[in-house]
Order: sequence, then structure tokens, then C-alpha cells
Amino acid sequence: MREVYLDNSATTPVLPEVAAVMHKIHTDTYGNPSSLHRMGVEAEKIKRRARRTLADACSVKESEIYFTSGGTEANNLAVMGVARRLRRRGLHLVTTQVEHPSVLYACRLLEQEGFALTYLPVDREGIVSPAAVADAMRADTLLVSVMHVNNEVGAIQPLAEIGALIKKNNSETLFHVDAVQSFGKLPVQPLLWQADLVTFSAHKLHGPKGVGALYKRQAVHMEPFFHGGGQEDGLRPGTENMAGIGGFAEAARLATAKLSAHALALSKLKKNFSAGILAAIPDICWNSSEEGAPHILNISVAGTRGEVLVHALAEEGVYISTGAACHSRRPELSHVLLAMGRKEKDVEAALRFSFSPLNTEEALVYALEKLQAAVLSIRRVTRR
Amino acid sequence: MKKIYLDHGATTQANPDVLEAMLPYFSEFYGNPSSIHSFGRETKKALEEAREKVAAGIGAEPREIIFTSGGTESDNIAIRGAARALQKKGNHLITSSVEHHAVLDACLALKEEGYELTVLPVDEYGMVSVKDVEAAITNKTILISIMMANNEVGTVMPVAEIGKMARERGITFHTDAVQAIGLLPLNVNDLYCDLLSLSAHKFYGPKGVGILYVRKGTKLDVFNFGGAQERKMRPGTENVPGIIGMGKAVEVAVADREKRSARISSLRDKLIQGLLKIEDTRLNGHPEQRLPGNVNVSVKYVEGESMILSLDLKGIAASSGSACTSGSLDPSHVLIAMGLDHQLAHGSLRMTLGTDNTEEEIDYVLAVMPEIVARLRSMSSVYASSKKE
Ligand SMILES: Cc1ncc(COP(=O)(O)O)c(C=O)c1O
Ligand SMILES: Cc1ncc(COP(=O)(O)O)c(C=O)c1O
Repeated sequence: MREVYLDNSATTPVLPEVAAVMHKIHTDTYGNPSSLHRMGVEAEKIKRRARRTLADACSVKESEIYFTSGGTEANNLAVMGVARRLRRRGLHLVTTQVEHPSVLYACRLLEQEGFALTYLPVDREGIVSPAAVADAMRADTLLVSVMHVNNEVGAIQPLAEIGALIKKNNSETLFHVDAVQSFGKLPVQPLLWQADLVTFSAHKLHGPKGVGALYKRQAVHMEPFFHGGGQEDGLRPGTENMAGIGGFAEAARLATAKLSAHALALSKLKKNFSAGILAAIPDICWNSSEEGAPHILNISVAGTRGEVLVHALAEEGVYISTGAACHSRRPELSHVLLAMGRKEKDVEAALRFSFSPLNTEEALVYALEKLQAAVLSIRRVTRR
Repeated sequence: MKKIYLDHGATTQANPDVLEAMLPYFSEFYGNPSSIHSFGRETKKALEEAREKVAAGIGAEPREIIFTSGGTESDNIAIRGAARALQKKGNHLITSSVEHHAVLDACLALKEEGYELTVLPVDEYGMVSVKDVEAAITNKTILISIMMANNEVGTVMPVAEIGKMARERGITFHTDAVQAIGLLPLNVNDLYCDLLSLSAHKFYGPKGVGILYVRKGTKLDVFNFGGAQERKMRPGTENVPGIIGMGKAVEVAVADREKRSARISSLRDKLIQGLLKIEDTRLNGHPEQRLPGNVNVSVKYVEGESMILSLDLKGIAASSGSACTSGSLDPSHVLIAMGLDHQLAHGSLRMTLGTDNTEEEIDYVLAVMPEIVARLRSMSSVYASSKKE
């Protein structure tokens, strides 16, 4: 059977070049970077080079990149690490209603610890208003956390405007950005955004699962989660996932080298696929806008249930999702679509197609054909 | 040039079978285990098979296994998670002065938060005494954490006895078994432990992936928040190839363990005996209750780091303590806890043997060591003045 993987926001395949780098680390340069001998020195060099690659990709300093076990850990660390460390300075944090659960649930835990949280609403496109961020800020606001690209609908937040307003209001308030979905597809610009903390995860850009990074501006202090051997400046101790780090850097290098070409290709895929849906399937509710990220398209197909369509398409070899991967096992309604004011039955009918530069126009034509057929047969049954 | 790796305590090279097991999970079976389509279900299934392998390898049930990013994370979530979860029951923790920093510093951080902490001393061999543990227990004690085998000097602790005592008193018992698996018999039931930490890269698996065993019914507060992975105990998209490699590594580690340990032990003994023939050297750690692969000697009048660099030039990779601290200039907290003076502590050399080492390699090391020591001592003013006396 033909297979078309359109769930690249959940995770992506590791590129052969990336796997080759990882294999070499596993077999040749397998030393512990903390060791003093040559094997250790070689490993340390790989790590330093990887750090530089990531730093260069977003124009920050090498010393400001910290490796973690993934996006979840980096988000948790950023939000909880800052709040706990700066507790004496204030107790208020601002975020949005559409963040990834690794930010939202960290915020909820902080509420239990006595912090006050503001969860900002979004408009019908999933965008948070910069003015609303500014209005929500209090004198004791420690941190504002807003994601770059939303993982379910692809909405792009106006980070430069938000960052400028935050810093204008209170230069001490820190700004965290979850850039897990945008890194490698759109320019990630901590300096332009005036962001103090930025989260990355390798497996969304054809790197390995289980490795991520946190950009932390030098002057920012935070509490680590773990204690141990002092790795990553003590912010994230533990023997490094060396192959993962090397693979992450290679994936980042490849993605950023072709950033604009990829973005263009992805936009074209998304545009043509959307046009195809519009022409072939009536009664679609669009949850992603044209201005959104080029690799995510979220629609609700009236009269269907998302989960049913995901399964029906999987049987035809077309792999998509109803929204965030970590939600998919629970029949929970998407908090993102609800925040965007979608009706419950549209939320239940949501589908997410997410593209990668590895997808072809031709594969998408195939996917559209299968989608159209599946929708038709489901509607035939349910609309009787 | 020769390349002799005697730093298996710091990390090991992944076993070829482990790498082969991982390979398909990069670019072929790459689905996110949380996805509901078959791409996701495939990897989820492989993940659960790895969990079964790990569980079978240590006498646990699959649902008692949590995958983490390594030994440090396992230690931290075990200690903090248990301490937090048991707050209502008491606030006293017991550990030892020779634990890995991941345990010791996690305990010290809790002390700063208001927990009571007893850090037990060790004897000259680095051994914790069961009696000391017993004497330290109060009616507020909620957690005891004692490592199975020390990473620097290889001393094997009486963890089963300590575990049994803890079990009888209803106290949660954690053991850091990072250095032990594949070398010592390891069964969570025989050890009476409630929590046990492992790290794949110490037993021929990949770096950046580890295991926390959590006995059914053990209370543990959660650290991280996000998705529902690892039954919410440890959210985040799983390091799928790493976990699958680790499953294989556990399988390899427990198969043939006795034969492997016996072979490595005999190489170890040969190396120890040879090194002790050099004048003014002493063995650190226990002469018998010792990890099969661990050699730790103090060479008087010589800096450990100088020896490491000289050995490195001869193609031999060794260390002066635990890898994580070998970059720092502080003497090893383990050796100091054992009562060594600073000079002897600074003169310590750790060589940790693994499956790939051969007798010829040991012969080579023993052939080059005396000249290295003699040369370094000839440059040492301390040595010169001591010989004048
Ligand atoms: C926006 C966003 N943030 C964070 C994460 C979590 O990253 P990871 O899966 O590496 O833990 C994801 C992916 O699931 C995501 O889409
Ligand atoms: C006894 C012991 N515990 C914990 C660790 C930490 O493991 P990791 O480096 O995988 O985080 C190590 C290794 O450095 C160790 O030797």
C-alpha cells in the first residue's frame, strides 16, 4: 500500500544525513564529554559544535543554548524554573489559552504553588492580541509565555510586537517563546522578539526524538529541575544524549540552510491542498488561515468525527491527526479550537494535516482523493 | 596508535546489536507513539516491548518501569518525587556521603527546602554500614537512598539488607544501580527496593536515556507536565530509538552476566596487583566487595590528572574520579569521605574495565605505568623532598 505521512507536526522521520551523524557518534566518538582524555575531548568538541550550530541558526550566543531531553522538558524548565527562582520578585505570569500542554500544565502547577496566572484568549484565527498582553501585565509579572507557531492550527503569534510591549511595560518581565513548531520552518529570532527564553525540539525538524534545547539569555537566572554532575552549566545535569545532540544540530543545519526554499515549497503544498479541499469537499470549517505557518492545515469536516476520519485515512495509508499528538489518545476536545470559538461539533470534526519538505504535490493529490472518498462515504451514512 | 578504553564507568560504547535494534526507528518506524494511526501504534508497540524486556531483566513488571533521559533524571525524580509525595508522613531522608552527585545534591536541595537529612559516613573502604542506617532511622524517616555500587571506588553496598530493613519499617528505599547492572546480580525483589535508577550508556546502550523502576504502590510526585506519556510520570515525546536500544542493552546485560563478571574481575585483579607493585601506591575501595570492573588506586606524589594525560598520550583512556567531576579541581567527595588526605585524593586514578578489554591491554597498561609514574615523580618537588627525609 502507498503511504503518505502528513503528521509532521506530531513527529518527523530522521533524515539519512542526520542518522549518519548519529551513527558515527555511537560507534566512533562515544566518549563522555566530561572525561579528560582524548575520547572525552572529542565528545566535548561535538557538543560545542552542535551548540554553535543552534546558536547560529537563531543568532544568539553559543553559551546561551542548553540541551534538554525535548520540548516538554525545556518548556517546563523555562516556565517553572523562572517562576520558582524569582518568586520573591513577583507571583504573576501571563500565557495564552492555546499553548502546548507542556506550558499550560506547568502553569497550572504553579497556580497550585501560589502563583497567579492569566490565560489570554485568542481571536478566531488563534491569534493573541499584543494589547491584551500589555493589559494583562501587573507590576509583579515575572514571565510572559507565548508560543510562536501553534501546533494544532499553525497560527503565528505577533511575537516582535508582544515582546516590545512587554519590555516597554516592564523591562524586568521575562518573555518565553515555545518555538518547537516553527524552528526549521520560519525564522526563529529571539533578539528581534526580545525573548529571554526559547524552546526547541529536534524531532519536529527531521531530527531525533528525545532531545531539545532551551535558549536562555545570559542574564536570566532560573532554578534547575535536576541536580548532579554539573553538565549544561548545572542547569540541566546528566550525561548528554550525545548522538541526539549531534543529530539535532545536523537537522537544524540542514533545515536552516534551506529555510526560505522549504517555507516556499510548504506554502505551495498547503495552498494547493487547501484549494483542492475547497473544490472537492463542501461544508468545511477552516481552522488555519493562509497567513498561518506553511506546514499546518487544520480543518473541520462538518458531519464527521475527526477520529473516525483519521482511522479511515490510515487504512488507506494516509497518516494525519486530529490535533496535538499527546492529546490524541484521549477523546478530549481541543482546547485550542475551543479557545478559537469553534462550536463543539466542529471541534470534534477537526483534522490536522502537517507537511514536511519530504512531501510531494503528487502525494497530496493522492491524500486528497482518499480524503474526499472517506468524507463522502461517512457523510452518506450519517446524513441520511 | 593503540586505543585502550578503561573508562567504562564514565560511559560505554553502544553494543552493535543495540545499534542494530535502534536503526529502524529513526527513518522507517518514526511515528509518534502518541499518534492514533498505525505509524504511532507501531512505535508504541515497540516501546512496550522494550519496557517488557527491561522489566524482565530486573524482575519487575512492565508497568513499574518509567523511561527517563538518564541516570541523573531517574535519581532526581526518585528522590524529590518520593520526598514530596510523602511529606505528610515525615520529613527525614537518609543517604550516604559517597552517592553520585545526582543523589547527594538532590538530597541537599531538599534539605534547603526544610527536609531533615542524614548523610551517613562510610568506612575506609567506602562502605556504608547497615547499623548506621538503622541508627539513623527515626519515626519521621520517609526515604533511604543508598547506591548499589559506587562509581568511583566500586564498593558494593549491602543494599539488600538495607532494603529489607526499610521495607519492614515502611520506609521507601531507593538505590542508584547505574554502575551495577550487567555486572552484579540485580533483581528488584531481592534488593527490597521501591525505586531503582539505571542509565543505558553505562551498560552498552545509548546516552541520554535511562530507567526508573517504581514499585507498584510507591508514592511519587510528578516533576514534569505536558502530555500523557509514561502514564504522566514523565511526559514528553519519547526517545524511541534510545528506549529500544536500551531494552536490547538490558537483555544483553543480564544474559551471560556471571561469565562476563568473572572475566572482567580477573582482569581487574591482575591490573590491581600490577599497579600496587609500583612503590607508594594504595588501593582505594574495598578489596572484595568491589565492582568487577573497578580499579582505583592512589599514586602518592603524583596528580591524578597528570597521569590521565600521560596515559592518554599512550592511547589509554582513564579517569581520576567520576567523569562529571573530573573536570573540576575539587578532590573527590568519595575519597575524602573515606578519609583520604587531599594529597592521596588528588593522586587517585580510576580505571574501569568493560567487555571489550583484553589481557594484552592490561599487560600494556602495566608496562607503561611505572615509567609514567617515575617521570611524573621526577618532576614533583613533594616527591623529592619526601625522599630526602
Ligand atoms: C508547540 C509544542 N511545544 C512543545 C512540544 C513538546 O515537545 P516534545 O515532544 O519534544 O516534548 C510540542 C510537541 O509535541 C509542540 O508541538
Ligand atoms: C552511580 C551513578 N549514578 C548516576 C549517574 C548519572 O547518570 P547519567 O550521567 O546517565 O545521568 C552516574 C553516571 O555518571 C553514576 O555513575
